[in-house]
Amino acid sequence: MNRIVVGAHYGTRDWLAQRITAVVMAAYTLILLFVFLITPAFSYGAWRELFASGWMRVGTLLFAFSLAWHAWVGVRDILMDYIKHDGLRLALQVVTLLLLAGYLGWTIQVLWR
Amino acid sequence: MPSVAARKPRPKYLSLRALLFEIRLPLPGWVSILHRISGALLVFPFAAWLLFMLDASLNSEAGFDKVKAYLALPPVKLGVLLFIWAWCHHFCAGIRFLLLDINKGIELKQARISSFFVLVISLGLTAWFGAKLW
Repeated sequence: MNRIVVGAHYGTRDWLAQRITAVVMAAYTLILLFVFLITPAFSYGAWRELFASGWMRVGTLLFAFSLAWHAWVGVRDILMDYIKHDGLRLALQVVTLLLLAGYLGWTIQVLWR
Repeated sequence: MPSVAARKPRPKYLSLRALLFEIRLPLPGWVSILHRISGALLVFPFAAWLLFMLDASLNSEAGFDKVKAYLALPPVKLGVLLFIWAWCHHFCAGIRFLLLDINKGIELKQARISSFFVLVISLGLTAWFGAKLW
């Protein structure tokens, strides 16, 4: 019998998205760590150049996008678990969304200036 | 003669006192709650703080020098150290959760051992990066 009994059915999608974005961010972290380890001390010129390259811009944007999605799922889970008052929880969820959207916009602004 | 369990007052409600002094979390529980706490800290304030510094450091050479001088201040270094711990713990615990998702290490004994390693490795990495930072 194919009968869906409960829920809004975003559970599996969010669960999967959180894990895929986690892998994207882990890969970015290791690449950035490698860049930092092979570069002893950044001059302003080298620092700017690093974030001017195409792969770094796209990679960082991908990272920021993953962070926003990953953090949305995670923070919403925390709010659903601990904030029992519906109105307060909704307000905090809206604040979280605005904050994460703000981060994403800010990142784009920093990268393509 | 009633058993020890029978003499305890039940039901027991959560209180700050119970949370802090009476409930003993097993190691996987510590990894889990610290995963949440570190995640929340990374979203706010650390993401905003790092974006702010990235913004200033890329904006101009004067901004770059300012961020460099700012990062040399001891309280700022302490903040960076906390960020590094949060990142390392979230990273290591996250990998453990990914492995648990594909049914690796789900036996109690293995789960306890892996959570011990998550705690120790993330603290070790924090110490190593911290030493490089100073």
